[in-house]
Amino acid sequence: MKIDALELNFHQLNNKIKECQDEKIKIVNCCGHRYLASGSSSKIIEIEGVPGNALGCYLDGSEIFVNNNVQDATGDTMNDGGIYIYGMAGDATGYAMRGGEILIHGDIGYRAGIHMKEYQDKKPVIVVGGTAGSFLGEYQAGGIIVVLGLNCENKIPVGNFCGVGMHGGKIFLRSDVRPKNLSDKVVCKIADEGDLNDIKDIINKFCNIFNESYEQVMSKSFYVITPNSNSPYKQLYTMN
Amino acid sequence: MSLGYVYSEFEVVRDIQKCINCHICEKECANEVHSFSSKHKIMLADDTKCVNCHRCVEKCPVRALKIVKTNHAFRENGNWNENLIKQIFKQSQEGGVLLSSMGNPNKEPIYWDKILLNASQVTNPPIDPLREPMETKVFLGKKTDKIERDENNNIINNLSAGIELNTPIMFSAMSYGSVSYNTHMCLAKSAKELGICYNTGEGGLHKDLYEYGKNTIVQVASGRFGVHKDYLNAGVAIEIKMGQGAKPGIGGHLPGNKIVEDVSKTRMIPKGADAISPAPHHDIYSIEDLRQLIYSLKEATDYKKPILVKVAAVHNISAIASGIARSGADIIVIDGYRGGTGAAPTMIRDNVGIPIELALASVDQRLRDEGIRHKVSLVVGGSIRSSADVVKAIALGADAVYIGTAALLALGCHLCRSCQTGKCNWGIATQQPDLVKRLDTEIGTQRLINLINAWTHEIKEMMGGMGINSIEALKGNRLMLRGIGLNDRELSILGIKHAGE
Repeated sequence: MKIDALELNFHQLNNKIKECQDEKIKIVNCCGHRYLASGSSSKIIEIEGVPGNALGCYLDGSEIFVNNNVQDATGDTMNDGGIYIYGMAGDATGYAMRGGEILIHGDIGYRAGIHMKEYQDKKPVIVVGGTAGSFLGEYQAGGIIVVLGLNCENKIPVGNFCGVGMHGGKIFLRSDVRPKNLSDKVVCKIADEGDLNDIKDIINKFCNIFNESYEQVMSKSFYVITPNSNSPYKQLYTMN
Repeated sequence: MSLGYVYSEFEVVRDIQKCINCHICEKECANEVHSFSSKHKIMLADDTKCVNCHRCVEKCPVRALKIVKTNHAFRENGNWNENLIKQIFKQSQEGGVLLSSMGNPNKEPIYWDKILLNASQVTNPPIDPLREPMETKVFLGKKTDKIERDENNNIINNLSAGIELNTPIMFSAMSYGSVSYNTHMCLAKSAKELGICYNTGEGGLHKDLYEYGKNTIVQVASGRFGVHKDYLNAGVAIEIKMGQGAKPGIGGHLPGNKIVEDVSKTRMIPKGADAISPAPHHDIYSIEDLRQLIYSLKEATDYKKPILVKVAAVHNISAIASGIARSGADIIVIDGYRGGTGAAPTMIRDNVGIPIELALASVDQRLRDEGIRHKVSLVVGGSIRSSADVVKAIALGADAVYIGTAALLALGCHLCRSCQTGKCNWGIATQQPDLVKRLDTEIGTQRLINLINAWTHEIKEMMGGMGINSIEALKGNRLMLRGIGLNDRELSILGIKHAGE
């Protein structure tokens, strides 16, 4: 089913998506409509245009393809499914996501993957083709964030304060240069073959969707950032 | 050097003539205070481990035990009190942030105690609630701007989703993890029986408790623990937790050792992993951002659930509340600085935020002044200690109240303020199976029902005395209140006259 969003507000558009019985939905003329496909569970949604904030919040299994950029808070508290963005993504993408995957061909804003977590068989993944802003993976508790930096071959593909407060999961940065000002609560090392096995499948998928060369992506080394288990938080407290 | 030693706060007094060496005290104490001396054939006590929770005292079959505050004292000092001295000893020993639990215990002004209620004499008749109808039912949520009628002149129901309560009292948010499974079960069962709501807190909802959905408010906090589509749709309303009275501006941290199997399942995080709630919602830096979260939740639940936004009472609370009222929230929850907690940094708990009485009065007034009071309901907590506090809160402008500590006291909490240790001898603030089972869910449920029924009757009696027969007529009725021992500024913020005026 094809839905023209031109004359619709977000509530009307969302209702049309909810009411639609078809598995496949195509939305055209999308322009800042918020909360699209919130909590959606078994659809394949193709979006032409730029959806507004909180695209795919609480997403529960549906797949969303966006041929353009997306705004903030994409995939907020997402549980399952996939969001594939051919352009760029705004701030707080994948906030507290628990499952599923968000693949972004271009750059991503501040605070991506904040408080991402994993649970049982659910292991959320965010792959960023371009660069990421500051506070990437802040408070990360699980899952995997990959930043490829395809458009900035000689620079660090991530802003400041990467992984601050991180206490689970992994961040992979494709870079020859070590990220600066990392906290002592995280450990950063060059990814070995075992580490890279975690991301090979998803990078393959990324390359297939966005038409990139897998060999070229994997030809460069990755840094992997994990929590520093020698530096737990509880020692901060004195019982009173 | 033995500078680390601090004399114990309490002394366990055992009447050796009564003691029968039955070892029950030893078994009952998770803090391992009691032990048996096989050499002297008597029970001994290590006072330094005692938290004064009264578990052993109540379980002793021969009433041989009592706990007393030690008379061992520092030299008297009006500036450096004993607590301050001990805190410095502890911190200089361990170097950590002081961590406390339950509400601020300091002697701060309690405005509830400085407000008096009215009663009818001569000019209008009091009402006897035992013999005359009296309405305590309240509806929380947005009220409409105008009444609409259809072609037959019947009123069209144009109300948005709300919460119906038989009495204006709810159990405030306490997460599964900070409190036990049995505690949640008692809260859920009694809420159902009473026709009120309990609140899951930010730790998700146990699968066994989904059946109490009609009496459940599910919470969404910065950590988003256990938040998924079914959870959002499970309750009767969704509460966004922005802050908490005991620790405004502070996140939460449930240590990995409390994330046992079941807690892990409801929070949807791995067993043994730390559960950290960041201080802010990282997607909310403005009222507009808050509006976004509210509407994302409404979209995900088809506008069937009212959204509560909970904030701590802080300095600019009336401006904040005005913003929340305009953000699309249906209910604003304000938590005062004496509110309880499972664990909070002592300095934050005791020094940050403002009293709920003042916050409530100023928020209600501000929303009225701006003509938007009907767009939201107001719920207050932290701390409501009696039915008189409930009546005063409603007369100051609240639609309903949240109680946390009072509910836990009904379940057996003795306010020893040691929740943060996770060794609650009463089975409330613990995840140890042997301790959890001490809280009998049937007895606990009944005790909560008794408490709320008793308070409801008292509320009716106080209302009846004022000649008021419905909660709606009491709401914001500040003429029913008078201050005692309050200065002009306090009276003007509370919007009440002094006694005698």
